[in-house]
Amino acid sequence: MFYREVGDYKTTYADDSQTFPIRFDRLRYFFVLFVAIAIVPLWIDDYWSNAVLVPFLVWSVAAIGLNILTGYCGQISLGTGGFMAVGAFACYKLMTQFPELNIVFCILASGIVTSAVGIVFGLPSLRIKGFYLAVATLAAQFFLVWLFNKVPWFYNYSFSGQITAPERTVFGLPVTGPNVEPWAQYLICLAFVFVLAWGARNLTRGALGRKWMAIRDMDIAAEIIGVDPLRAKLSAFAISSFYVGVAGALYFAVYLGAVEATEAFGINQSFLVLFMIIIGGLGSIFGALIGAAFMVLMPIVLKNILTGGLNWEPSLATHVEFMLVGCLIMVFLIAEPHGISQLWNIAKQKLRLWPFPH
Amino acid sequence: MKCARLTVFAALFAALTAPAAMAELVLPWLSYRTGPYSPGGIPTGDGFADYLTLINERDGGVGGELIRVVQCETGYNTARGVECYEQTKGENPLVYQPLSTGITYQLIPKATADKIPVHSMGYGRTAAADGTVFEYVFNYPANYWDGASIAVNHMLDLNDGSIEGKKIALVYHNSAYGKEPIRTLEELSKKHGYSLSLYPVDAPGQEQKSQWLDIRREQPDYVLLWGWGVMNATAITEAANIRFPMENFIGIWWSGSENDVLPVGERAHGYKALSLNGNGTDYPLYDDLKEYVYDPEKFSGDGSSIGTVLYNRGMYGALLTAEAIRKAQEIHGVSNITSVMMRDGMENLVITEETMAGLGLPNFGPAFEVTCENHGGPGIGWVSQWDAHAKEWNFITDRILPDKEVINALVAEASAQYAEEQGIARRCQ
Repeated sequence: MFYREVGDYKTTYADDSQTFPIRFDRLRYFFVLFVAIAIVPLWIDDYWSNAVLVPFLVWSVAAIGLNILTGYCGQISLGTGGFMAVGAFACYKLMTQFPELNIVFCILASGIVTSAVGIVFGLPSLRIKGFYLAVATLAAQFFLVWLFNKVPWFYNYSFSGQITAPERTVFGLPVTGPNVEPWAQYLICLAFVFVLAWGARNLTRGALGRKWMAIRDMDIAAEIIGVDPLRAKLSAFAISSFYVGVAGALYFAVYLGAVEATEAFGINQSFLVLFMIIIGGLGSIFGALIGAAFMVLMPIVLKNILTGGLNWEPSLATHVEFMLVGCLIMVFLIAEPHGISQLWNIAKQKLRLWPFPH
Repeated sequence: MKCARLTVFAALFAALTAPAAMAELVLPWLSYRTGPYSPGGIPTGDGFADYLTLINERDGGVGGELIRVVQCETGYNTARGVECYEQTKGENPLVYQPLSTGITYQLIPKATADKIPVHSMGYGRTAAADGTVFEYVFNYPANYWDGASIAVNHMLDLNDGSIEGKKIALVYHNSAYGKEPIRTLEELSKKHGYSLSLYPVDAPGQEQKSQWLDIRREQPDYVLLWGWGVMNATAITEAANIRFPMENFIGIWWSGSENDVLPVGERAHGYKALSLNGNGTDYPLYDDLKEYVYDPEKFSGDGSSIGTVLYNRGMYGALLTAEAIRKAQEIHGVSNITSVMMRDGMENLVITEETMAGLGLPNFGPAFEVTCENHGGPGIGWVSQWDAHAKEWNFITDRILPDKEVINALVAEASAQYAEEQGIARRCQ
């Protein structure tokens, strides 16, 4: 019934190779985009922007980034928090050293800086794999956070080591700093997520993505058929770090406005992003988005139900919330080890045949 | 299918929406009763809530307006603190008390833009003592730099006015909180000629073996502690393990509660900590608390923290807030004040010895006045010492004044840097 290909004739190659080949899927995609771009900014308030949607969008970028590296190229990384810190501190240095530079370019440049750092820490991936690589990236995590905490140049010699984002504008509208309108803050994040997710989706469908997946599935076989592991792995590290760096810059400049390296970019954040892509689904852009939504929104939903709806003590609610989030993660992984995106795919398959399953 | 999904979405949407506003004076309390910092968060939150319960029960609120404390759990996590801020902001709160330096840093620009005051009592961004730059931020009656200076002054007292050539070590929480005093201690070392060595401890602070090994090797004359939560008890245990003389080990006021020394037992005897406010339950106010709050079982939490150092601290914070509300009502002539009026009340707050005695807490805290320029108060503190046999904190000094000459210069420098970075025009001219 839904998701049906019958009668949907592809007459050009472009039609045949589009991202959403099924008409219903495509319409749904445009509908979601329309709601996100045109409807949401009309009613969004500070709470929805600062506590719900902006964190979701920022974490989505980080999750897409890690998914490129781990989900598509098969290289496990525990350094996401450290790479986000690189993005954040690069963004801070650029914002304060070049006050005239537009914030969009600051954020993109932070991504480029992070991708350079990512390449350096990606070099060990040429020799080591799996858990050993995870440990090497873990070293990156600890080293980078230590560095930003230790060297005062990175935080402009402020007394406390905190960095605070000054106000910057896009088309005359503030998007960072305290006077930002919630819809402007939301839209700038949405723009980054849209462009980056679109880019990631198309990268992974193209030659580069196929090389990554070849390396992921079996690196020796990939090498034999002509995939250069050096290029494939390092490009995965570079592009993944670019995404993560942009996420770090957005996290610092647009979302929180002030961060300190140890708390905001600790090992917990690395695990959080890893959980996002595992729960959402490895090797899927939609999985990264839904995983970020799950990990960011689920605690808030539970908290509001328990304290707001049921009027529990905040401390009890927090303890219960920890347990429930943990249980939900297990339930989802037992129900579908390939993540929520796989559940979504199964649902789509079912809907295609519905109501005649045979 | 569709219908079910819509229902789920509607439910999720409803669950994400913040609760609606009500007509009372709302005081948000960003608590943390979970996680590694809960030993500090629980008693402080209980003291804060109990004092305001007393005000509601005994006096019918402040100026006839009931006070509602809205607790929001942050777990000492900055991102959660921001979420709590956004969630409670819709209820027209009067003033935020984050009880976390990290969250305070976060809220300063946001709350200033929203015209809601932030009161970081004895913590937060020290530069906020400069009211000409930080219009909506207050950190009276004392801040970290005062604390650092008080500790140094105490050492000076012990050494007949000279600590030339002494070695002082600072063991600190490796965050904005722990780093705050470093600058002041460095400035003071130039003035008094001691040498300062730094020992950062990463959060949450249960791993300090290597730092204390270094301290044992370096043999400093004094160790200062800037810790919070489980880090404090760990530090005192490690100090006892290397047999560091406890009377030379001085903590800031956030590192001097019963929860920090009791787990160490007898070996913590003699440990010193600064204090902002009176200790114990030997005040007339406690009779009222017993009558109106404890006996009818209206207290917050499980009641185990009543009368502890941090409980009194939370109570003191609530007291200063209630007095600021009274002042704001007096200035503006209305009882249902807004956050902007609250700011005026805080800026014109006058606490005298008579005020404190009248509230049933004689000699509990210093007398001070907040002005447009000075949001930081006098910075007076005491040094208290732990008696592990009697299990109580005793004051061993009179009031100690900080070296305001050094601190004011530092505050001016730090606030000027912030004003320039953020493009803030100075007030009070």
